[in-house]
Amino acid sequence: MNLTSLIGWLPVWRRNFLVWRKLAIPSILGNLADPLIYMLGLGYGLGALLPPLDGQPYVAFLAAGTVCASTMNAATFEALYSAFSRMHVQKTWDGILNTPRSLADVVAGELFWAATKSLFSGAAILAVVAALGLAHGWIALWALPAVVLTGLAFAALGLIWNALAPSYDFFMYYFTLFITPMTLISGVFFPADQLPGWLTAIGTALPLAQGVALVRPLLAGQAPPDALLHAMILLATAGLAFVIALKLTRRRLLK
Amino acid sequence: MPSPPPASPALEVAHLSKRFATTRVVDDLSFRVAGGSCFGLLGPNGAGKTTTLRLCLGLATPDGGSIHLGGHSIPAAAATARARVGVVPQFDNLDPDFTAAENLLVFGRYFALDDATIRARIPGLLEFAGLSGKADARIATLSGGMKRRLTLARALVNDPDIVFLDEPTTGLDPQARHLIWQRLKELKSRGKTLILTTHFMDEAERLCDRLLILDRGRAIAEGSPRDLIEARVEPQVIEVYDEAGGDLDRFVAAHRPLAGRVETSGETAFFYCRDAQALLAALAGRAGLRYIHRAANLEDVFIQLTGRELRD
Repeated sequence: MNLTSLIGWLPVWRRNFLVWRKLAIPSILGNLADPLIYMLGLGYGLGALLPPLDGQPYVAFLAAGTVCASTMNAATFEALYSAFSRMHVQKTWDGILNTPRSLADVVAGELFWAATKSLFSGAAILAVVAALGLAHGWIALWALPAVVLTGLAFAALGLIWNALAPSYDFFMYYFTLFITPMTLISGVFFPADQLPGWLTAIGTALPLAQGVALVRPLLAGQAPPDALLHAMILLATAGLAFVIALKLTRRRLLK
Repeated sequence: MPSPPPASPALEVAHLSKRFATTRVVDDLSFRVAGGSCFGLLGPNGAGKTTTLRLCLGLATPDGGSIHLGGHSIPAAAATARARVGVVPQFDNLDPDFTAAENLLVFGRYFALDDATIRARIPGLLEFAGLSGKADARIATLSGGMKRRLTLARALVNDPDIVFLDEPTTGLDPQARHLIWQRLKELKSRGKTLILTTHFMDEAERLCDRLLILDRGRAIAEGSPRDLIEARVEPQVIEVYDEAGGDLDRFVAAHRPLAGRVETSGETAFFYCRDAQALLAALAGRAGLRYIHRAANLEDVFIQLTGRELRD
């Protein structure tokens, strides 16, 4: 039997899934607690002082942002810290590369795994949001594919940084220079059009804003305007970033 | 899978070269490994042994030359070739999150084996590695020797024809080393081809049918351990140690003609001779000098070829 190159990544994904399964409950709770505390604290606390945003209470506005930011964070953490530990510290990738699996299989396995973990995270937040009555109608379920696309994009971007990292410390720059500023200008906490025009333009073009533009209307029970465009931007980001990550990882590992 | 007939080469390397920046790590290297044999790559640290293995597995791209592993051209058909190959890396990279049995299961999946096939193989593999009671043991609870044996078992999960071993016994105590050697001999008797790197000469002498000695990326000698010893050094060695002011220098100067070759290293002199009788007579009753008389071995060949100075 031969694995076709199309599913060559699957054993790598399954390896990570098996590790995760052993720690699933604490992992989910850990991923859930932090964003929920912020969402509920700011949403109801700060929200009490705010007028409705886009015709909905602030906590509902923030819920959509929280789903996307949590998805992004889960994919990013997995593609940075966890993948780095498998690549560089435990040398798990070296072991896999001694088998018929190629580097593309390994990096794709990590990409899909990080996206899967971000889906767990995003879906868990969505479930809480729905339980709180902040999601309107079955159309909200379309947020799940949007979460997957967002997770793929950030997993692939994280793998680029992983390929370049000399040590764990290097990941701090990724958060302070990219993830954190992006979170603030992508409409997670407040509408991005509050910002100066040029900053709004940058924020709207970044990948996180695409996820927010899809998830927020869906939770409010509406079809997102320009849904296809946002989805294509996320998919293109994922594809391009994956190609770059693979090239850089090949340069790093297969000299 | 039937083992390949002994005559067909398991690995054929011709004029292989690899540079890192301006350093030639592998320099015009050529050798053949017969199927079913044990082949050793020897050399001091930095000689290019590990790089040669990586090139043969298709994990690095050569700057020149050709490689055929199990009949497949490398690196073009490396994935196909690796399906019939097992690798024991220099540093254990077992999965610390898994038990011994899970390590084998997960690794077998990389070869596209289905779970039922792998699960059926696990008890035999663990038994081969002397780890029968350890299926559910976590990696952290295993000793160094156990981890090494589990790594060997993992390299066999796909029932390979060819097994690469990069310094298989480095860091192990004598008991653990002997157990690994015994297992490797067993694999050879089952028709597997073994290709190992080592800098332990006794290991190479015991296990290998053929050896290639590498230095600075170049092949400097090749042959069976016995042929190399016969061709390169005198058959008898007397090592003389200065223990208590025995004036080794004067002894060496006076008795140099009794040996074919004399080397001194610190407080020890090595006399390489065809006939040791005269020198043994001269040493008898000589106060302050201790000596041992032994047959020449591979280490003598290695030192003669690569020198005594440290390689870091």
